[in-house]
Amino acid sequence: MEQNMSNCLLRVHGLSKQFSAAGEKVVDNVTFSVAQNEIFAILGPSGCGKTTTLRIMAGFERIDSGSVELRNRVIECQHTNVSADKRGIGFVFQEYALFPHLNVRDNIGFGLNKLGKGERAERIEEMLQLTGLSTFADRKPHELSGGQQQRVALARALAPMPEVIFLDEPFSNLDAVMRQTTRNEIRAILKKAGISAVLVTHDQEEALSFADRIAVMNSGRIEQIGTPEEVYYTPRTEFVALFLGRTNVLRATAQGMEALTDLGELMINRPARGEIKLSIRPEHLTLERATERNCNGLCGTILSREFKGHDITYKVKLRNGECLVHTDNRMPFSSGDSVVVKPLEPAVVLEV
Amino acid sequence: MGVLIPLFYLVLRATEADWSTSAELIFRSRNLSLLQNTVLLTAAVLFVTTLIAAPLAWLTVRTDISGKKILTLLSVLPLAIPGYILAYALLGFGGANGTASLLLGFEIPRLSGFWGSLVAISLYTYPYMYLNLRSGLLGLDPSLEEAARSLGMPSAGVYRRIVLPQLRPAFLAGVLIIGLYVLGDFGAVSLMRFETFSYALFLQYSASYDRIYAAWLALMLLSITATILFAEYRLLRGKLFHRTGTGTARNIRLTKLGWKAYPAYAGMAILMFSAIIVPVGTILFWMSRSMDYSIWNGLTEVLAQSVSASAPAAILAAALAVPLAYISVRFPSPLSRGLERIAYLGYATPPLALALAFVFFSLNSVPFLYQTITLLVVAYSLHFLAEAIGPVRSALYQAPPRIEEAARSLGYPPFKAFMQSTFPLLKNGIIAGAALVFLSCMKELPITFLLSPVGFETLALNVWSYSNEALFAEAAPFALTILVFSSVFMGILFSREWSRT
Repeated sequence: MEQNMSNCLLRVHGLSKQFSAAGEKVVDNVTFSVAQNEIFAILGPSGCGKTTTLRIMAGFERIDSGSVELRNRVIECQHTNVSADKRGIGFVFQEYALFPHLNVRDNIGFGLNKLGKGERAERIEEMLQLTGLSTFADRKPHELSGGQQQRVALARALAPMPEVIFLDEPFSNLDAVMRQTTRNEIRAILKKAGISAVLVTHDQEEALSFADRIAVMNSGRIEQIGTPEEVYYTPRTEFVALFLGRTNVLRATAQGMEALTDLGELMINRPARGEIKLSIRPEHLTLERATERNCNGLCGTILSREFKGHDITYKVKLRNGECLVHTDNRMPFSSGDSVVVKPLEPAVVLEV
Repeated sequence: MGVLIPLFYLVLRATEADWSTSAELIFRSRNLSLLQNTVLLTAAVLFVTTLIAAPLAWLTVRTDISGKKILTLLSVLPLAIPGYILAYALLGFGGANGTASLLLGFEIPRLSGFWGSLVAISLYTYPYMYLNLRSGLLGLDPSLEEAARSLGMPSAGVYRRIVLPQLRPAFLAGVLIIGLYVLGDFGAVSLMRFETFSYALFLQYSASYDRIYAAWLALMLLSITATILFAEYRLLRGKLFHRTGTGTARNIRLTKLGWKAYPAYAGMAILMFSAIIVPVGTILFWMSRSMDYSIWNGLTEVLAQSVSASAPAAILAAALAVPLAYISVRFPSPLSRGLERIAYLGYATPPLALALAFVFFSLNSVPFLYQTITLLVVAYSLHFLAEAIGPVRSALYQAPPRIEEAARSLGYPPFKAFMQSTFPLLKNGIIAGAALVFLSCMKELPITFLLSPVGFETLALNVWSYSNEALFAEAAPFALTILVFSSVFMGILFSREWSRT
């Protein structure tokens, strides 16, 4: 599906980069593509190479091998290096990087120097309206709140109408409430303007809610690419399963579409054979009070409960190890209760 | 590069003579006495400045003495009075025809030689030590002292084992600046007729024209400088103490002075009397006597000539400082650090040695530049380049590198991106750097001496040559002009500093 995307805008192939000859590869054979109007997220822990990947695509770093194509034109490979100012890629920096000596209006107009005066003013006005900054147009960056600065940074990057915009951890400097609303606003703005975006983040919730597709990155490599649902519900590796929220990773012996685990016999999502690892999300499990009939020697004990209002997370002690179970708040168990853990969905087979 | 090439010519000229001549020049017994004088003066100045600066720093940082801001300002004020002007003032103050005898009616001995040089240079340079020790004291983490006290150490022990070791880097920085200054000083020692390397170098060059011996003297002076730089490097290596804790330091607990504040004020008054009132009073006194001299008329012309060399030098230094600071801050590497070091080398090189190097260089390679303003401007700017780099560098540290990338991503090619995004943020740093260089050039004496075109007069040259002939009244207007310039610039620089803290 990756290779024959007909409306492909940005294509990254076999990207590798190391900062010192002896050091590890910071980016290791990274390949992905971004479609027209798509919001693509690169998700990973800090130091996984996601920001470097973004900076290579933007033209701020050189590569060791691989290529970057924008609309089928090579902008970066070993022999080509289209300079950052000629790529037509908008960039929103983590620290915003607003020009401290210019007011909001001039910051937004900074990239519009090729337009005529009237057209420039018109575009700035348009951007101010789009981002809801009209009343702050004459303020200097240091007179704005974090959220407002963030919107100026976005408006500035959007003003020259780039084909694609890169966002480097753009919400990490905002507090939790602001982050949520700003994220929604910006997603709406991007979709309205029909601009593609590549977002780099370490926040799985942000990636899941903001992006159309996600690439999960770990120590320089991409472990999985897919829609938020795909990467969340069917993680390919243990890293992806663990990075995208809480999960139970179980050792199992598989036979066809079934596997034997500490939770008993489980259905699995694809045929497998022999020793494997499975992932099953806590919300895909439920609890029953243990009786003689359902126990079957597989019952566990509630170790602790975490009440979170609309739901409850239980930690259950099994014969070997523990597991997490996420239930709604109508299942009131307490510590020490004997329970049986029941699967609601098939478990996901992980690649080792 | 501009610094290294002339120095190379210095070596070239020195080694021109055959070995036996060179050996005779190097092992002259006169050199030994020069070395003795130079080292003695340097050590004595360091001792005296520490003796003045350490209590002052302690008073203004760690005690409850009132009027700290004024005391601090007064403590650094002598910086505005260059060493040779102080020397001039001291010469004009004592003796039978001195200010003291004419104005106050009693004669005090005229200071000269070693003691005269010592007093003049110490009173001018102690603020450097003061500023370093002060910032060292301010940077101490009070919780370290509290920790030591809580572990049962008495307060004297805390000073000896906690405070003093931590002040060492600040102290060494002060030693370096003052040491380099004393080695390079020419104005004060020459007026006081005390033969150090610098003064001997000047005499050798101007009187007997023995250029090879002059070159050797310059090299010997350079090697003393190099020794100091190396010693500093060794002593400081791994000795930079940073506060390891996080969070802001609490206020330091201040020592209550009580009645002891009065002797402190008295000491301060004596210091201010000798470092400020005596020189300024003497200048004003001689000034009133020079009213009828025709020299007054020449003042504006001389001022204009001073500016005509200093202003281009300031601009050139600032223009060189921007790329150097940029490379060293944005692309730190051994190479870029080396480039910056060379700029500091130009600063550390004793000015007479540097000037002599430029003389040889220009005579050898660019004779058409010899004794032109161009060469003077280049020498000025290379000597004072480090002063311009400092402020530009700190401005650059405050300008986030991302804004330049932001400009690139908005379609600006590299140079334009720099000019539009980073450069506006450097403006203040560049202005401050240029101002510092300008001020230094206005006061500069030895380089001007050796490199200025025939008939070229600057304020500093006139102060020196008139007071060298004991024509104190004639020197006064020029000295006063320098003083006014210095104080105005100091005022500007310190008000920036104040408003920041």
